[in-house]
Amino acid sequence: MRVAEAWRVALDALRASRLRSLLTMFGVLIGVSAVVVLVGIGTGAKQEVETQVEGLGSNLLLVVPGKVQFGAAPTLSRMNLSDVEAVARIVGDRDRVSATVTSAETVRTGTRETYTNVLGLLDNTPKVFVRSLSRGGYLTKSDVDTGRRVAVLGATVSRDLFGERDPVGSQITIAGVRFRVIGVFASLGQSLGVDRDAEVHIPITAAQRLFSTQRVDGLAIKAPDADRIDELGQQVLAELNRRHPDTEFSAVTQEQILGVLGDILGVLTGVLAAIAGISLLVGGVGVSNIMLVSVRERTREIGLRKAVGARPRDIAVQFLVEAVLLTTIGGVAGIALGLGAVWLIVALSPLPAVITWWSVVLAFGVSAAVGIIFGVAPAQRAARLDPVVALRTE
Amino acid sequence: MEVADVTREYQLDGGIRVPALRGVSLTIEAGDYAAIVGPSGSGKSTLMHLLGGLDRPTSGRLLLGGRDVARLGTADLARLRNEVIGFVFQSFHLLAGTTAVDNVALPLIYRGVGRAARRRRATEMLQRVGLGHRVDHRPNQLSGGEQQRVAIARALVTEPAVLLADEPTGNLDSVAGAAVLALLEELNAERGVAVVLVTHDREVAARARRQIVMRDGVVVEDRA
Repeated sequence: MRVAEAWRVALDALRASRLRSLLTMFGVLIGVSAVVVLVGIGTGAKQEVETQVEGLGSNLLLVVPGKVQFGAAPTLSRMNLSDVEAVARIVGDRDRVSATVTSAETVRTGTRETYTNVLGLLDNTPKVFVRSLSRGGYLTKSDVDTGRRVAVLGATVSRDLFGERDPVGSQITIAGVRFRVIGVFASLGQSLGVDRDAEVHIPITAAQRLFSTQRVDGLAIKAPDADRIDELGQQVLAELNRRHPDTEFSAVTQEQILGVLGDILGVLTGVLAAIAGISLLVGGVGVSNIMLVSVRERTREIGLRKAVGARPRDIAVQFLVEAVLLTTIGGVAGIALGLGAVWLIVALSPLPAVITWWSVVLAFGVSAAVGIIFGVAPAQRAARLDPVVALRTE
Repeated sequence: MEVADVTREYQLDGGIRVPALRGVSLTIEAGDYAAIVGPSGSGKSTLMHLLGGLDRPTSGRLLLGGRDVARLGTADLARLRNEVIGFVFQSFHLLAGTTAVDNVALPLIYRGVGRAARRRRATEMLQRVGLGHRVDHRPNQLSGGEQQRVAIARALVTEPAVLLADEPTGNLDSVAGAAVLALLEELNAERGVAVVLVTHDREVAARARRQIVMRDGVVVEDRA
């Protein structure tokens, strides 16, 4: 029997028991669409995080006390502004070293208030991180030097406190202390459900006074030479360790952050794909089950086909093709459903999702493979049937 | 077709061996018209399965179309069935939901005949058995007699040397049964295809030119 003939015979057989074929395909359809959707979400999350980390600025080196390790307890910083000066001397350019101290505070104007992250920063921050303003200006050197009580608002904070009004020149209070708004950031939007516009920047000197502390939580260095970024990191760490022998510091580059986040999201995507894969497996068992029922039901047909000259191989191919057809039709429908779902998720929800061609190809390949793997046992059973016994079956 | 001292035993679950044929010898010549008769359990169905290449003898020599069945693999035996033998069954064994012409064309699929040629040959065969107007009907749209004629067309579409018919009239009323027998006789005379009928109906057997009577796994009478 020619292969083209086997396809036609299989299609006829599936058409003959339409409802059952549809229900069987459903198992595969759900599994395949789950693979496409979950891999799409995982990959989307990974891409978004990568874009954001890259969007911070290039050649970035972050220095924090303690170990950079997920699950490690945060270490209370012993760094202060004199450390920032020391690091700036190593780097050789004050504008390339930014420092931050952070605290969550209540920010209020009139009757409106919001609880948000307040960051004390140096005036050089926009030269280190990529950040643009939609209104007003950023902190100046004299703001920082004199500890002036001025603030630059994130887009969300501005909207929460002032609605659509221009807040520049208005007064706000942070933890009860009055500040004057001098600028508003352009919106960065959300990432993975976290609002990146919920922050207020004030001069680090004003922040230290406000939070009653001398500490600096971390440094961000824009390295002058990308090739020597690791070397610079070592020099900075050596200097900090000399100044604070009892504290451990870590320096991480953008690539390292990307690597760690990429690994985590890669594992996440893998786990999601595996869960989807399990449902595909269950679909495959369903196919196997239905094919066994089909072989039993069509015992007489198999007997007859053998009597008129079908070799065991012809029978095996017929049932195998039928199983593969079930799973691949289910697979193609599942891919269509998955693509539709990804499109809907992107359109209607804040979750990032990306259609990856490899997940589509993989899903199709796996569904065809499931058909072959789960079709073999029923096909062999059919092929081995004794024609005499098969013909006698009622 | 030559059967020489053939035996066939079946092994039951308990390991008990039950003989169905205890040494049968006979020859079917080209153009023969023979009836195998005998009571239930006489071994006539077993003999028919052996003659049809559906089963292998436990001992003895079985030649089908001049070839020794013992030396053929499963696939070769399938090809032999396709080329040399046509089957007609008591319960027709037509594929439900499949048109008459596609049922008739079925054996040609396994011979690798193209779709158009299959349809042409199957249609010709249906016309020959008087069903030229029923080509695209499905089995459930046909009477019993018509279904059996479709089955005969299917058996003959490969132009086999022998047509084996197992109780071909068993499920038919006497008028339809007589028509089917008349058709088999016509085809035997016109095409020279050997016809071997298995039946326990004495009247049916009496119409054959040769009667092979079986009892308890042996041929007790073979008269022309």
